[in-house]
Amino acid sequence: MKKKASGNLTLIRRLALAPYSFWAALFIVVPLIFVAYYAFTDLQFRFTTDNITRFFTATSTVADETGEHEVRTYVLIFLRSLKLAVISTVICLIFGYPFAYLISKAGARTQSILITLIMIPMWMNFLIRTYAWMTILQDTGILNGFLGMLGLGRIHIIGTESAVVIGMVYDYFPYMILPIYSVMAKMDVKLLEAARDLGCNGVGVLRRVIWPLSLPGVISGVTMVLIPSISTFYISQKLGNGKFYLIGDAIEGQYAANNLHFAAAIAFILMVILLIGMAFMQRFANKRAAV
Amino acid sequence: MKKIVELKNVSKSFDGELVLDHINLDIYDNEFLTLLGPSGCGKTTTLRIIGGFETADEGEVIFMGEEIGDVPPHKRNVNTVFQRYALFPHLNVFENVAFPLREKKVPKAEIEQRVGEMIKLVALTGFEKRSVTSLSGGQQQRVAIARALVGRPKVLLLDEPLAALDLKLRKDMQQELKNIQKATGITFIFVTHDQEEALSMSDTVVVMSEGRIQQIGTPIDIYNEPKNAFVADFIGESNILDGVMLRDRKVSFSGHLFDCVDEGFAPREPVDVVVRPEDVDIVAPEKGMLQGTVTSVTFLGVHYEIIVDIDGFKWMIQTTDFVDVDEHIGLYIEPDAIHIMKKSEYSGMFGDYSSYSMELDEIGELEQIEELGELTEEPVEEAKEAESEA
Repeated sequence: MKKKASGNLTLIRRLALAPYSFWAALFIVVPLIFVAYYAFTDLQFRFTTDNITRFFTATSTVADETGEHEVRTYVLIFLRSLKLAVISTVICLIFGYPFAYLISKAGARTQSILITLIMIPMWMNFLIRTYAWMTILQDTGILNGFLGMLGLGRIHIIGTESAVVIGMVYDYFPYMILPIYSVMAKMDVKLLEAARDLGCNGVGVLRRVIWPLSLPGVISGVTMVLIPSISTFYISQKLGNGKFYLIGDAIEGQYAANNLHFAAAIAFILMVILLIGMAFMQRFANKRAAV
Repeated sequence: MKKIVELKNVSKSFDGELVLDHINLDIYDNEFLTLLGPSGCGKTTTLRIIGGFETADEGEVIFMGEEIGDVPPHKRNVNTVFQRYALFPHLNVFENVAFPLREKKVPKAEIEQRVGEMIKLVALTGFEKRSVTSLSGGQQQRVAIARALVGRPKVLLLDEPLAALDLKLRKDMQQELKNIQKATGITFIFVTHDQEEALSMSDTVVVMSEGRIQQIGTPIDIYNEPKNAFVADFIGESNILDGVMLRDRKVSFSGHLFDCVDEGFAPREPVDVVVRPEDVDIVAPEKGMLQGTVTSVTFLGVHYEIIVDIDGFKWMIQTTDFVDVDEHIGLYIEPDAIHIMKKSEYSGMFGDYSSYSMELDEIGELEQIEELGELTEEPVEEAKEAESEA
C-alpha cells in the first residue's frame, strides 16, 4: 500500500520535473554534446584528435631579456590562466571568509543591508564594471590622481597582472562571500558555546568547529570564483591591455577567427580539467567531513 | 560540607528587563541540585552565569573560594550538557567525546583510555565510529553527557537535558543520571521545569519564579512545607485557601475551625492554607468537617480525581473511592494534612480549581509533542529517504 503511494509520488514528481529536465537537456546537455562533437571533428566533420593534440603541442617563440624561447603556446596560456585564477580565488577567500563570518554575526538588519550592498554591483553589467576599473587604474586615472594629490607619486598598474587580478577579485568576490555566509548564518550558536565550554579559546572554536562546518560553503565559494576566473577573457583584455592572453581569450580568439573546431577543443579540455579538479576537491571535502 | 559554587546577590537584566533579582545560592560539593521553575523564571540564566556564557550585572560568582565573574567559559572547571545536546555534526561519537581532551593536548593513549571509559559509562560501547547525526535522541543525550564529563569537571551543568525525550526514556535517563552523579561524585546543577523530575532526582531543589528564589530545600521539605502559594501550586497539586490563624495549632478556613500542627503565627494572622488533594478523606456528609457537591470525576488509573464545590471554592481531591457527579459528600482532614503559609505576593493567585479542566493539561502536552516533532524531524526524513530508496 505504502509502496504504491510512493510510486505515484515519484510519477508526479517526474511530471513536475519535466519542464526543468527539458530545459536542462536543451540548454546544458545539447550544447555540451556540440562542444565535444566539434572538438573531435575537422572542417569536414570527420573524426579527428588533431584539435586536442594541437592544444598540447602547438609552440611559439617568445622573447624576453634572456633571449628567445620556444614554448608550448596553449599549455603556457592555460598555466597563466590557472595562476591568475588561483591568486584571485585565494585573495577572495582570505578577505571573503572573515567578512562572511562578521556579517553572519551582525544583527539581522545589518546582515540584510550588508548582503544587499555586496549584491548591488552584481546588478550592473560586467563590461561596465570592468570599464570602471580601467578608468580607475589607468596611468592618468582616478587612483593615480588620488595618489598624486596625496603626494605619493604615481604607480603603473594598468596592463599588469595585478590589474587583471584586481578586476577578477572585484567581479567574483560576491560569489565567494554568499555561499560561505549562508552556511555560517545557519550554524547553531550552541555549537560554538559548546566548544568554548569544552576548553576552546576563540582560535580553537574557529579552527575546530567553525572552519570544518563552513567547509561546504568554502568549497562552493572557491568553485564559483575559480571557474569563471579561469575562463574569463574580457577582464584580461581591458585591464591587462591584452598582454596577458588567457585561455578564455584563446577560445574567443579562435571563435572570432572562425576556427570553431579548435575553439571547441580548448573549451573541452578546460572543462575536463576543471571537472577533475572539482571531483578531487569534493573528495577532499567528504574525507574531512567523515573524520 | 564544602561549598563549591556561591552566588552572592547576583542580578541580571536583558534589554532593561530584570531576569535575575539578587540571587543568593550556595551549592555544595557532591550535590545534585535542581533549579526548578516555569519558563522565564531565570533558571537557565543562572546556569549560564555559572557556565560563563553570561556575565552578572551585579553580585559575585564564587567557584571554590575564588571570584570567577570574568573568567571565560573555557577556563572554568565546569562543563555543560546543552538542551539540544549541541553535538558536533562533523565529528563521530568518539571524536565528540574526545573533543575537550584533544584541546588540552592529552596524550593519545590517555585519550583512548578516558574516552573509552566515558563511552562505557554512558553505555555506548560499539558506537564509537558512528556519526552523531545517525543516533537517536537518547543516544545523542548520552554522547553529550560523556563529552561533558570526560574533562573531569568539578561541576556539571545540565540545561533541561531530558526535555526532548519521550516519557519512558526520560524516566530511564533520570535514574541513569542519578547513578552517574553518584558514581562520579561530581556536583550536578540541573535545570528543569518538570517538578516530578526535580523531586525524584535531586538532593536539593531550588524553586524559582520571576527571577527570585522562592524556596531552597530537600524534595520532601519543598513538597510538605511549601513556603508560599507559588511553591505549593508549582510542586504537585494543592488546594490553597484563605485562612485565619486563631492561635497556635488552630486555624479557621472555609467556615470551619480546624486543628493543625503549625505554630508561631500572630493571633488572628491571615494565612494561606494548603491541603494536598491526596490528604482529604471522603466521608458521609454529616460526618464531614466540610460539605460539598461533586462537579466532576476523572478516572486516572491509580485514583479518581474529583472536583468538589464547597461554598463556591472548587477543591481537588484524589481518592480511590468512587463517587458520582452531583453527589453530596463530606470531607475529613487530619491535622497534619494542613499546612499553613505566611501570606505572600502569590496569595490568591493559585490553588482554586474552578477554572481547572483536563483539556488545559492536554493542550500543554500537545505543545510538548509538537516540540518533540521538531526535534525528530531529521530522523523521520531519513526514514522517508530510506523508504524511497527501497
